[in-house]
Parts: sequence; structure tokens; C-alpha cells
Amino acid sequence: MPLNITALVVFIFFFALVTFIGFAAANWKRGDLDQLHEWGLAGGKFGTLITWFLLGGDLYTAYTFIAVPALAFGAGALAFFAVPYTIVVYPFVFIVFPRLWSVARARGYITAADFIRGRYGDRWLALAIALTGILATMPYIALQLIGLEVVIGAMGVQLAGALVYLPLIISFAILAAFDFFSGLRAPAAIAIVKDIMIYITVFAAVIVIPYEVGGWDKVFAAVPSEKLLLADNLGTYTGYATLFLGSAMALFLYPHSVTGVLSSSSRHVIRRNAALLPAYSFLLGLIALLGFMALAVGVREMPAYAAAFKQYGPNFAVPALFLQVFPSWFVGFAFASIGIGALVPAAIMSIAAANLFTRNIYREFINPNCSPAAEARTAKTMSLMAKVGALLFIMLLPHEYAIQMQLLGGIWIIHTFPAMIFGLYTRWLNSKALLIGWAAGMLCGTWMAASLNFQAIYPLVIGGTTIRVYIAILSVLLNFALSVGLTLVFNMSKRAQKDETLPSDYFALEGIGGGGH
Amino acid sequence: MADNRDGGGANDGRGGILLWLLVPLLVLYVPFYNKMDPVLFGFPFFYWFQLAWIFVSMVITAFVYYATEPK
Repeated sequence: MPLNITALVVFIFFFALVTFIGFAAANWKRGDLDQLHEWGLAGGKFGTLITWFLLGGDLYTAYTFIAVPALAFGAGALAFFAVPYTIVVYPFVFIVFPRLWSVARARGYITAADFIRGRYGDRWLALAIALTGILATMPYIALQLIGLEVVIGAMGVQLAGALVYLPLIISFAILAAFDFFSGLRAPAAIAIVKDIMIYITVFAAVIVIPYEVGGWDKVFAAVPSEKLLLADNLGTYTGYATLFLGSAMALFLYPHSVTGVLSSSSRHVIRRNAALLPAYSFLLGLIALLGFMALAVGVREMPAYAAAFKQYGPNFAVPALFLQVFPSWFVGFAFASIGIGALVPAAIMSIAAANLFTRNIYREFINPNCSPAAEARTAKTMSLMAKVGALLFIMLLPHEYAIQMQLLGGIWIIHTFPAMIFGLYTRWLNSKALLIGWAAGMLCGTWMAASLNFQAIYPLVIGGTTIRVYIAILSVLLNFALSVGLTLVFNMSKRAQKDETLPSDYFALEGIGGGGH
Repeated sequence: MADNRDGGGANDGRGGILLWLLVPLLVLYVPFYNKMDPVLFGFPFFYWFQLAWIFVSMVITAFVYYATEPK
């Protein structure tokens, strides 16, 4: 790719702008950043609109914006699972997550594992939940770098030898600095800019490109007919439905989602956002269609992009499309929205992972008597480590590993569902039973994915018919069965159950004091 | 606390409204919309149905929100 100076200048301008915003955010809704709940949850002060931007910027990541159209470009209709996925998740969020917000506010919980610790009084179950969250998040941070790498490459920034990763290192150094300094306030403030940029980019694309290729029917006509719809058989239908259902069950269990939920200022904010966040689902549906537009414009066949497609694969579909149809200055704007779109979730994910490490590993097992300031300091250092780890992951290992790990992450995180979600309603389940169910589900899910060479969907043959099922759903059924079955066994010897939460906590409108439980 | 429950508790007489939130789940029945026709503005049914379902789901969630929000 030739160096695109205009695009690069615009890109760098917006990067500089958000860097400034990231540092300035430290003074926004001012709080003592030496307290973990201020640094890591922004004091729980975000209202409806900021939470909407924050969760939107958090859940719909740069990688999503590159990978979903890439999937549409390569596989067709299957990529549209991203739409029903984000349809079914919000009614679930509407009902369940105000309870998590309330109990967390009432008891000063900062992480999901804090809640598990308080609800079940079992530090080992809490450790399992914390480790699962950290493990599922790390490759997700690494994947954001892939999105960033593709757009930087698409502007013709090709450095040789040891300098190859310099742009990524600079981007992540900036990210690490404002994160360390401002905590969750930084990605929240930047998310506002980034989300507006993404909306402008996508709306420009869906207006301009279909017009240029001669209408939406031409866009869909460019898709090979066997990929325009799902194959008409039961196995494909169950595969599609379980894939989006399982993804939806997992989405809000990720630490970065929990952080977004807990940083909001009231349970009403969460309920309102459950009705408002689907606006991003619509955006994501349009983004998926960018893959079809790339087919219609025929970027893959163009000699100018041959080398880049060879290097980045279908992930280059959207950058190539933008380069082909937009003027250079708008290419810079669009690529900046994707690049900044990598920073926001990477920031929130590393803060969330740092909160988990600090609260549920460091304070629980290493230094129980640490001061609030030491706690915040540990979290800041850990968020830095998480970013360095992700950077090394991308620099030293094939990208394939990060993609496979992220696929596994979705399968792993769903195993926190029984303890977390059932736990928000009942204390009946036994914590040891939940721990065994978790371990069995994790092993079973990992084994199934590995045995299929890292495919998400397992073909079950029942009486000669093949039913395809998302591995997360299959393995969480095992987890459910063991958690319930073993609870029946273990609870036969009745002992007093530990539980520091009260039924009224799950409806609390305000906290009973500041952070720390 | 009952007046604060905003539908979070199913036993306060407004819990039935929450059942409306099951409607978006109808999207799980994939064969219904895995079709070309009817085409709308060039979009095959598969695509515009799922996009339209986002709005149906938003309207239902907003309705349930207002119906269960404490006065």
C-alpha cells in the first residue's frame, strides 16, 4: 500500500485529540483517584447518556467492526448472527442486571467476583470467577490490536524489521498512560467521540456505497447465492440460534461489561440503556453489510489491494472498501474511528481485569490488610501489565492464537453464568457444587473446541440427524446439571449457609456508604 | 421497599408485564425468516426482518420500562 499522507494526518489529529481528552478526563466528575472505586468505576457516577456511549464503545469493539464484515465477506449470512445476538441480550440485561447493580452498590462490590465472595462466602469460587474473567479478557484486549494494526497498515505505514510494531507500541503507550492517570473516566470520555465518529462513518458508507454500486439489490446480488441465506436444514438453524443465544448469555458476564454496568449512577440507568443500546445493534447490522458492499465493489480482485489481502485476509475487506470509495481525508476519519474504537474497549477491559486481580486475588490472597491507596496502586499497575501482556501476545505469537483464545474466552466466560445469574436470585445452589460444575464445563468446552481445531459449533449426531450446537451452550448445560445435581447431594447435610447479602440489597437504590465491603 | 421494585420483583402485580420481554426471543425460530421473499428496498427478508426486529425489541423494552417504572 502506498503511504496515504492525507489519511494519516487526519488519523493522527484525532488520535492526538482523544489523547488530550483521555488526560483531561481525570478532572471529570471529580473524585479521589487513589480509591479503587473512583479509578476503576469512576465512582459509579455515569448517567443514562454516558453509560450508553460507554457500553456502546465497550461492547461493540474495533475488532467487531473489522471481523463481523470480514465474516460476511467470506461466509455470508452467518455473520448476521451478530444482530439477533444483540437483540436477545437486552431484555435479559433489563431484568437481571439492575439486581447486580443494586447488590453491588449496597455492599460496595467492584467486580463480579466480589459479589460471588459475598453471596456464597466462598473465596475459592470467587477466585474461579475472577480467573475466568481475566483469562477471557486478555485475548480480547490482544484482538483490539489486530483491528488497529489493519487500519494502520491500510494507510501504508509499513515499517521494516524491529520497527514493525512501533505504531502499535506508541498507541498502546498512549492508552496505558491515560488509563493509569484517569482510570475509567478516560475511556468513557473518549467513547463519546469515538461512537459519534463510528456513526458518521457507517451512515456515510451505507448512503454512499449502495448509491455508487447501483442500489441495495446490487449489493446483495454480489453475494454468492449459496451464502446469501443459511443452508436450509435443521443443523444449520440450531447452529445459528445457539451461537447467538450463547453469545448473548456470555456478553454481560465479561468483566468489561460488568464494569460498565457498575459504573452507572442508578439501576434506572441500566434499565433505560437496555432499551437504548439496541441502536448499536442496528449499527452493527449495517456494519456486517459492509462485507457485502466490499464484494459488490470487488475490492478483492483489484491488484492494488492484492498484497494487503494476502497479509491481512478478509479483515482487509472494510479498509479496502473505504480506500476505494472515500476521499483520503474521510478514509483518515473512518480509520481513526476504528483505531480509537480499539482503544476504548482495550482500556475498559484492562481496567476490569485489573479490578478483578486487585480485589479477588491480591487483597483476598496476598495482602488482605492493604490500604485503599495501595489497592488502587496495585490496580493501576495491573492494568499496565494487562496491556503489555496483550502487546507481547500479538508481537510474539501468530494472530491465529489470539483469535482462537478469544473464541475459547466466549466458551469459558459462560461458565460463570450459574454462580452469577442464578446467584442474583437464589442462594440455594451450593458453592462447592458450582465450583465442580464450573471446572467440568470449562474442561468440556475447551476439549470440544480443541478437538474441532477451534471451531465454535459442535456437530452432535442424534439418531442419524446432525444437530449443530454452539459449544458454550453444550458445555454450560453440563455445568447446570452438575451444579444442580451436586447441590441436591451436598445440601442433604444441612449447615448454615454463609451469605452477607440481604434480600432487600437486590433492589437497593443507593449504597450504604462508600466503597469497600 | 415494594414501591421501589420497578418490576424487579415478580410478585408485585406488575410482574406479568415482564412476560412481554419474551417476545424478542421469537427470533430464535430461524426457519421463519431464512427466506429471500418478500424483498424490501433490495433487502432479502432474512436481512430486513432481523434489522426490523431490533426496533420491535426496543419498543417492547421501552414499553416495559415505562410500565414498571415507579411513579
